[in-house]
Amino acid sequence: MIRFLLRRLLWFGLTLLCVVSVSFFLMRSVRGGPFDNERTLNPAIERNMQARYHLDWPQWKQFLQYIGPLNLAEDGAELVGGDGTDPFGGILTGDFGPSFKYRDFTVNDIIGQSLPISVSLGSIALLWALVLGLTAGIASALYRNSKTDVALRLAATTGIALPNFVIAGFLVILFVFLMPLLPVAGYGTPKHLILPGFALGAPFAAYIARLSRTGMLEVLSQDHIRTAHAKGLPSRLVLLRHAIKGGLLPVVSYLGPATAGILTGSLVIERIFAIPGTGSHFVNSALNRDYTLSMGVTILYTVLVYGLNTLVDLAYTFLDPRIKLEES
Amino acid sequence: MSQVTRERWDLGGTQMEELLSDVARFKGESLWQDAWRRLKANRASWYALVFLMIFGGISLLAPVLPLPSPTAIDLQIEPQPPVAPWQELGNDGFRREYWDLNALDESLVDLRQMIFGDWQLSNWMGTDAKGRDILSRIIWGSRTSILVAIAATLCSLLIGVSYGAVSGFFGGRIDNLMMRIVDVLYSIPFIFVVIFLITIVNEYRTELEDSWGVNREVVFYVVIGAIYWLTMARVVRGQVLSLRETEFVEAARVIGASSARIVFVHLVPNVLSIVIVYLTLTIPAVMLFEAFLSFLGLGIEPPKVSWGLLAVDGSEVINPVRIYWWLIVFPAAAMGATLLALNVLGDGLRDALDPKLRGKD
Repeated sequence: MIRFLLRRLLWFGLTLLCVVSVSFFLMRSVRGGPFDNERTLNPAIERNMQARYHLDWPQWKQFLQYIGPLNLAEDGAELVGGDGTDPFGGILTGDFGPSFKYRDFTVNDIIGQSLPISVSLGSIALLWALVLGLTAGIASALYRNSKTDVALRLAATTGIALPNFVIAGFLVILFVFLMPLLPVAGYGTPKHLILPGFALGAPFAAYIARLSRTGMLEVLSQDHIRTAHAKGLPSRLVLLRHAIKGGLLPVVSYLGPATAGILTGSLVIERIFAIPGTGSHFVNSALNRDYTLSMGVTILYTVLVYGLNTLVDLAYTFLDPRIKLEES
Repeated sequence: MSQVTRERWDLGGTQMEELLSDVARFKGESLWQDAWRRLKANRASWYALVFLMIFGGISLLAPVLPLPSPTAIDLQIEPQPPVAPWQELGNDGFRREYWDLNALDESLVDLRQMIFGDWQLSNWMGTDAKGRDILSRIIWGSRTSILVAIAATLCSLLIGVSYGAVSGFFGGRIDNLMMRIVDVLYSIPFIFVVIFLITIVNEYRTELEDSWGVNREVVFYVVIGAIYWLTMARVVRGQVLSLRETEFVEAARVIGASSARIVFVHLVPNVLSIVIVYLTLTIPAVMLFEAFLSFLGLGIEPPKVSWGLLAVDGSEVINPVRIYWWLIVFPAAAMGATLLALNVLGDGLRDALDPKLRGKD
């Protein structure tokens, strides 16, 4: 267990280094910088701006400064972000530096404000996906080949086949314009998160339904279930106590990729429903060449995805004692 | 030694014929024949296949069909609702306006004008806010989307199959390292890298075209393909890992075949069935990804049209004053039906090609 976690940590470091360096150099090798505007700046001002953020340094030096907690400036002038009080310490100290576009904020400020919103949206989406997907999947496994099963499977396949912004469009027409029950967009009350959460979770619900149906069918045909039935347990108990645990394994292993997908999907959903989450910052910051913000969001998402994948692998061993961690 | 066998098997002509006729009565069935039979027996997949063939045919023949132009702009105050075919079948208002078509499509449009003249279908599915016909845009858009899907999928196929086959064949350390790399790539949120890459490509598009002769769209396909090969590599590797212990690989090695030959001539054809199944499941994913990128404004660019762009147009005009349902319903239906058919076909193919997996999703 400890060895597994340590090894994971090592690979995590490698992954992160890979992500950080690739996105760092990719972004900086592109023409156009964070201070490009419709109005061309006075060259002297631009030089000053570049110097302030150390953009006039060679790239390797910028990179080291970005990573490490050391100060590479010869004159001791430190990169200052946000309100101008704290020196920039490098990402190893958990500091993502000043944002280039939102001059008064550090990247940490922006992430701190937007992440809770995205997390709540994402959790609601995941909740929708799990509740809908598991119910549909288990129902379709229990009533295999009945009309319910066929209808549920068709619904699931359709859910996989539509982009989430189209689903969002239909939902808005249905629940906002035709039946004015929910607000069309914005953020503030829990009501605002129902539609976006659903639209974001729908494709994953569909996938979970398929996975849990398969898993349940496989488990229900096994010997220990027959034994449980034979010794006279009520079928509800057989289902809840014996079948579900094994049947849901594929769903558990899908939760890692699903979370990654929900993070990606929220880029779109946050735009449609005008939700001020982290996803909306990412695309804008990449287009604006806001180097630090876009790096910060990328790193954040990598950490999230990696952490959740590790959690899923751990959960797996608790659910299925046959699986050993060393192999994974 | 060889003489003994020769004698034993040197049968008389009639005896030989008898033997052969016995053999001929039992007609063997290859994997593919068997799969084809199973696929036909599976009604849902069969319908899906037929639907896809018909739709593919229509999309291929789009320039010849009497469709209105997908790009001819007719500024109106608001989108026009659909005209049912029985109300008005067609009219004589065809205007030849397209984006830069290739030579083949140009000549197909010439052919269309020879056959139908200026006659075109009415707006059976309505028009968008710029007066462009939705039906025509859906069909022309399907060409772009299918092209993106196929090109990107082939790209992922090329990378994934060779990577997986090499990793599985060599095994041991190399395999371990190669699969670790895949693991690392899996945990990178790829969307970010893609967005970076596409913004870079947008920045250097003229240079790319001038000095490399590479179209922006080609880069687009390659980039999408380059992120969808991971699963393929894993699946192929698993298969190759078990195949490499089989007798025919040993036989090949004994007669001195090189590693490259064993991998690409003997092993790859044997994993083809599972690869085809994954292809039918990757194409829908790629199409959705195209839609996603179009939504972010990084995909196909107007005046060209793709399903992703149509879906984006449709969801953008949603407003409480007037609901232009035809702008979202028809593109969504076309996209949904195609992806549904691909998914069903993929499931059916999996059942047909791998009987062990029957009845599982």
